[in-house]
Amino acid sequence: MSREAFVNAAILLALLAVPLWALANDEPFTITLATRAAILALAGVGLNVALGLGGLVSLGHAVFFGIGGYAMGVLASHAQSYDPIMEAPFLIEGTKSMPIIWIAALVTSAIAALGIGALSLRTSGVYFIMITLAFGQMAYYFAIGWPAYGGEDGLSIYVRNGFPGLNTLDPIQFFAIAYTLLLLALLLVWRLSKSPFGLALNAARQSAARVETAGIRPYTLRLTAFVISGALTGLAGALFADLNRFVSPSMLSWQTSGEIMVFIILGGVGRLCAPVAGAGMFVLLEHWLGGTGEFWHIWLGAILLFVVLFARGGLIGALAGRGRTDG
Amino acid sequence: MDSVLQARTLSKSFGALRACDGVDLDLRTGEIHALIGPNGAGKSTLIKLLAGSLTPDTGSVHIDGTDVTREGVAARARRGIARTFQVSALAMEDTVLQNALLGAIGARRSAFRFLRPALRDEQARMTAEAALARVGLSDAARTPVAQLSHGQRRQLEVAVALAQSPRAFVMDEPMAGLGETGSAEMTALLDGLRHEAPILLVEHDMRAVFALADRISVLVAGAVIASGTPTEIRADEAVRRAYLGEEA
Repeated sequence: MSREAFVNAAILLALLAVPLWALANDEPFTITLATRAAILALAGVGLNVALGLGGLVSLGHAVFFGIGGYAMGVLASHAQSYDPIMEAPFLIEGTKSMPIIWIAALVTSAIAALGIGALSLRTSGVYFIMITLAFGQMAYYFAIGWPAYGGEDGLSIYVRNGFPGLNTLDPIQFFAIAYTLLLLALLLVWRLSKSPFGLALNAARQSAARVETAGIRPYTLRLTAFVISGALTGLAGALFADLNRFVSPSMLSWQTSGEIMVFIILGGVGRLCAPVAGAGMFVLLEHWLGGTGEFWHIWLGAILLFVVLFARGGLIGALAGRGRTDG
Repeated sequence: MDSVLQARTLSKSFGALRACDGVDLDLRTGEIHALIGPNGAGKSTLIKLLAGSLTPDTGSVHIDGTDVTREGVAARARRGIARTFQVSALAMEDTVLQNALLGAIGARRSAFRFLRPALRDEQARMTAEAALARVGLSDAARTPVAQLSHGQRRQLEVAVALAQSPRAFVMDEPMAGLGETGSAEMTALLDGLRHEAPILLVEHDMRAVFALADRISVLVAGAVIASGTPTEIRADEAVRRAYLGEEA
């Protein structure tokens, strides 16, 4: 087992141990914090496909996070009011079933990623950052101006959605759902990174000319990665909305995009478990420093600066040493 | 006609500059066809036109008789054009084997397989490893490219192209920056490769060119001023005046 694999296992076990400890000591709020970390980590795992593997600095991933959130909000609110989403040409009813909501979140955010990616990936570098940011802002203001689902006030869902055989209102059971999905996403991304697709995508990040000369279009690779990336972040959005039983335009804001990227930078760009380490650190800092007042982000900023200036490999780089994947 | 790669009246201008001016060129099975010319003669432009990274103003490019003039780099690569770059274009963080695998994956059109590890595709891996063995990089298969010497990177460029099992090689100065020994090794390598697929060789190293080429075309100011066997080119007055000078 490589040192990085060891660090990854330790991080994932820690994320599992904290809520189990909290369960034994009857501290449900700590379980909720761990769930929040797992869900935010999942959003980061999604972004990491584009950013870490593909080298695509997207500042618009809040779009997919928000679409996942609204997929949950729209479906659940219609189920709550027994009012179908549409009747013609065919009937679509709301649902309170998590698996169906997840599929809806995955599909809608994948479609959005296909559209946004198809246009944005014609640019690169700083233009790509700006155009993804612009799409993010468009989605944000659309959500604010769309009164049917709460507009600026957002949308509350009174009872958490259900999963067959589980009581999702029990914090530890909901944590188990989020943690399992996180593990599955990590497994998927790990397999992806070793596959021919991952090899080609990773090479396209380093030398697009080489990949193209080998007969593979970098654009198609990147668009595929962007869609997978958006879909995973969308799934995290649906879970996040379910955690809070609330969805609002703030999920779509550019600050959210920035935060998801911060997880990866804190954890270490290009590392499989960077989003888990980063989201864990973020939730802890938010919890500890959040009490110091409105401006706790200043301290987050200082830590981020330190990482970018002195510890480019992030937390995992510091623990596991240099180097990307070892083949 | 056994011409694998064919250019007909290929022209390309950048503003007032005619970088490529009515070029006819054939790359035939089993040959090394060298393209020489002074700096700024349009060799790089011609290579880009053949590989597909530039579209000509007029003229056409055929691969195995198929008109590919409107096709891009990746599409032409899938038809069997393997290009090497003057300045190595490799995935520096990846290992030597991973880079070679990329050529095999491209040729096998298996880049959109998502779950099985690339290293477990036995056929692609065998192709890649055979290519590395051919250029003498087998021992470095697990080494990241960033740790290779310049000469090894030049060899890897050729190995990636070889792993594409190409119909034709288009090589842009494979000897660039190699010392005397490196050049001799590369010359021996290319000498054997012509039987796998013909090579269009752009090269400044005249010793290598005259040792390897079956035919030579001389490009001056975007136009081919002479084309023939090394003996014919050596004897050509116009070439002597324009390019080779007295030492040739």
